[in-house]
Amino acid sequence: MTPDEIRVSAKKYRAERTKKKHHVCVCMAAGCLSAGSDVVKTALEENIEKEGLGDSCEVRGVGCLGLCSAGPLVSLDKERVLYQNVKPHHAGDIIKSLGKEPVKEIQCDLDQPFFISQKKVVLENSGRIDPERIEDYLAVGGYSALIEVLTNWTSSEVVDEVTQSGLRGRGGGGYPTGLKWSTVAKADGTEKYVVCNADEGDPGAFMDRCILESDPHRVIEGMTIASFAVGAKLGYVYVRAEYPLAIDRLRKAIQQAKKFDLLGANILGMPFSFDIEIRLGAGAFVCGEETALIASIEGKRGNPRPRPPYPAERGVRNQPTLINNVETYANIAPIIRHGAEWYSGMGTESSKGTKVFALAGQIKNTGLIEVPMGISLSEIIYEIGGGIPGGKKCKAVQTGGPSGGCIPEEHLNISVDYESLKSLGSIMGSGGMIVIDETANMVDVAQYFMEFCRSESCGKCVPCRVGTVQMHKLLEKISAGDATVDDLTLLIDLCDLVRNTSLCGLGQTAPNPVLSTLRFFRDEYAALLKPSSATAAADE
Amino acid sequence: MRTDFSKPAPPSNDKRWKMIDAAMRRYGHKPHALIETLHTVQSVFGYLDDDAFRYVAASLRVPLSKVYGVATFYHFFRLKPKGEHTCVVCTGTACYIKGANQIMKALEDELGLRAGETTPDNKVSLMTARCVGACGLAPVVVMDEEVVGQMTPDKVLERVQAWRES
Amino acid sequence: MTPSSRVKTLTIDGRPVSARSGETILKVARENNIFIPTLCHMDGLSPVGACRLCLVEIKGSSKLVPACITSIFEGMEVSTKSEQLDKYRKMILALLFSERNHVCSVCVSNGHCELQTLAQTLGLEHVHVPYLYPVMDVDASHERFVSDHSRCVLCTRCVRVCEEIEGAHTWDIMGRGAEAKIISDLNQPWGFSESCTSCGKCVHVCPTGALFEAGKSTAEMTKRQFLPYLSLMRGEKND
Repeated sequence: MTPDEIRVSAKKYRAERTKKKHHVCVCMAAGCLSAGSDVVKTALEENIEKEGLGDSCEVRGVGCLGLCSAGPLVSLDKERVLYQNVKPHHAGDIIKSLGKEPVKEIQCDLDQPFFISQKKVVLENSGRIDPERIEDYLAVGGYSALIEVLTNWTSSEVVDEVTQSGLRGRGGGGYPTGLKWSTVAKADGTEKYVVCNADEGDPGAFMDRCILESDPHRVIEGMTIASFAVGAKLGYVYVRAEYPLAIDRLRKAIQQAKKFDLLGANILGMPFSFDIEIRLGAGAFVCGEETALIASIEGKRGNPRPRPPYPAERGVRNQPTLINNVETYANIAPIIRHGAEWYSGMGTESSKGTKVFALAGQIKNTGLIEVPMGISLSEIIYEIGGGIPGGKKCKAVQTGGPSGGCIPEEHLNISVDYESLKSLGSIMGSGGMIVIDETANMVDVAQYFMEFCRSESCGKCVPCRVGTVQMHKLLEKISAGDATVDDLTLLIDLCDLVRNTSLCGLGQTAPNPVLSTLRFFRDEYAALLKPSSATAAADE
Repeated sequence: MRTDFSKPAPPSNDKRWKMIDAAMRRYGHKPHALIETLHTVQSVFGYLDDDAFRYVAASLRVPLSKVYGVATFYHFFRLKPKGEHTCVVCTGTACYIKGANQIMKALEDELGLRAGETTPDNKVSLMTARCVGACGLAPVVVMDEEVVGQMTPDKVLERVQAWRES
Repeated sequence: MTPSSRVKTLTIDGRPVSARSGETILKVARENNIFIPTLCHMDGLSPVGACRLCLVEIKGSSKLVPACITSIFEGMEVSTKSEQLDKYRKMILALLFSERNHVCSVCVSNGHCELQTLAQTLGLEHVHVPYLYPVMDVDASHERFVSDHSRCVLCTRCVRVCEEIEGAHTWDIMGRGAEAKIISDLNQPWGFSESCTSCGKCVHVCPTGALFEAGKSTAEMTKRQFLPYLSLMRGEKND
């Protein structure tokens, strides 16, 4: 297909898409599916047939609608109506009410802060298009950024645009994306690779899963634009085997893109080729670290290696390799479509654009949200999230997973950007946000994360391999009330050691949950300590 | 040690080895296909055993110890067959905050197992997952591939008992 | 390239030294008789930067870098000694002693053990982290050699020498984190390994008494220095 043929088809699909009078969209992402949305979808289809409304209504499976805690969700696209907790027996009422008053009993208020305070860029198509149909993606303007780039841009113009947008890596580190791209573009190598890190390992994070399940073509488009910018011919998506639905949809999307000449040899008849292969992760958190991820792509144990050399110089098969996270690639197409200036108009001075967060834990509205950078944490928790259920108080918000920290309630007015979160001893991370209420014990929370790091340590370097075991044992001892102040001192010393001497990011950040809980909740540790033998002896 | 690079014979006449061959062929029998091949073996046979290791090692020309090292590094790979039913408790942060520990404990007590083990009658395997990414529904247990949200110790025991009586 | 552009000058512990471009800090330090402790490093084997004992400070960088794997650059200012480095090195050694069951008094390598020597050199007087006392096995199935996992520090020298020099790749590591363990072939007894050539290289590169010759008793196991010979054969100049 040529660019013009794609444009013509896209127009046709857009017309087809809006032809019917009513669109009943059922969320088919993993959250709602596990609540039974597939059965609801069948029931809706049966009812349309029963009522003989096949000509005016259509049922669509769509991606994540965001409010996972109220699933299964069904949305009426044109009427701007959202139904929550839909059961198959509601299907009849929903279909009968089309064009009339919505079914009050299951209607969800779309004017609540959860919906109106969000700003959707990455998730713009999520919940609107069928992720299993490339036609839907094309109909809403998909691949137009790629076509624009391939027909009118030079590769350095693409790098410049991304640089100017101010986009920073969404995997957690926050490294400027444009700088990474230009390094790989300038690196010497016979072949270069573009890698998408979809090994979403942080427990409590599901942004990448939702993006892949809801809008996989957006990631493919972003990667293809990246490969054009840096001069790569082959790309890998490294995705967790624990996400079968995301893998399945990504596979389908890759096949469809190839069929439409948007991927493969001579894309759109032009002298530019790029192909994508999927590599499955196999349950190792450390593979989110880029050098470990490369080892894993090469079929080896996921052991990190010291950097430099950085993957931008020597990555997959020792060739220059660009590694970005799913959400980073998902931002590329809109940046190209609307321009760097539009993108950098959102967010703060140093953190541009929007960020997707997975909101979970002790909070009323759990689910997937996208907010502009610079929003305050309290706005996310109390307005978008709807506060803490059961009349309890919020104690802390955990961001950044096992590499992050806990931000206490009194600091919730903090702006959500890379620097502010770091100043409080946490990190932006990939976007997991877990709300902890007053009933939780923070030593327990620290122990939970240390158990995680202990069993996810690859075992290559000594401080992380043995240090995490020792720190976990000390936390257990503290929790059991058997520890003295000497044990706490040893724990702090070990934190310092592991942070400063470990080989990779996993080890270097493993002490963070302990350090941040010690910083803000030291009294909870102190309350569990027993008098040390020295002080006990002095007392006698 | 093999010195010729002719294709090794599959461990048995089982037709399923053809699927493993196809997976390896897709990657040109290159050593970097090791993890992908192990994924295929596990999805076809349910687990990885020494026969499979030897065959894959010889076909991809990867040392035996390296194959074993890779297979045991990644916790997704199983070296033992799993039971008729599997119960995977998600231990992600959101599930933890919402009581995954109590669910795990209830299951351990009821089945007399620890994570990664199977009941002697081969009915139920108990496992844990780092995070299944359905945090909105926490706590989550995956019962035979079906993700069940908002789990409680009572609900999970009820389902496990139904399995055991079937 | 002109010779001058390949020669770099730097300082190590305040001493100006010159070195060839691409050399590691460790190599340059050793050429100048400046001591940096190492455990996983071995000349002739690929460096892995795993034991973290050779970490040094570089002026202008907040991160410590492993000397065994970091290349020098013009004007680099390296410190191999500081109170902080000393503390970290001792703690790393203490962690190693706590991890498995290192009982020098009954060890074949007593007096010839690199871990023991490091503890003495760095002045590690007592281990202040609790011992973990894991249950580890001894594999005596090989007719000439024995492996005792209690004494293994997971430096992977045996894995690397077997793969890179002997080409047998009998050894590798199974599991991960604290459960990581050296294995031969499919985690089978060493004596039943199909790939082992019984060359004994692994035994002689083992820094501790984890791999030793059968029949040796306490303090009897001395290691052969065959790697200088190997470097010589490869045309590498060490000194």
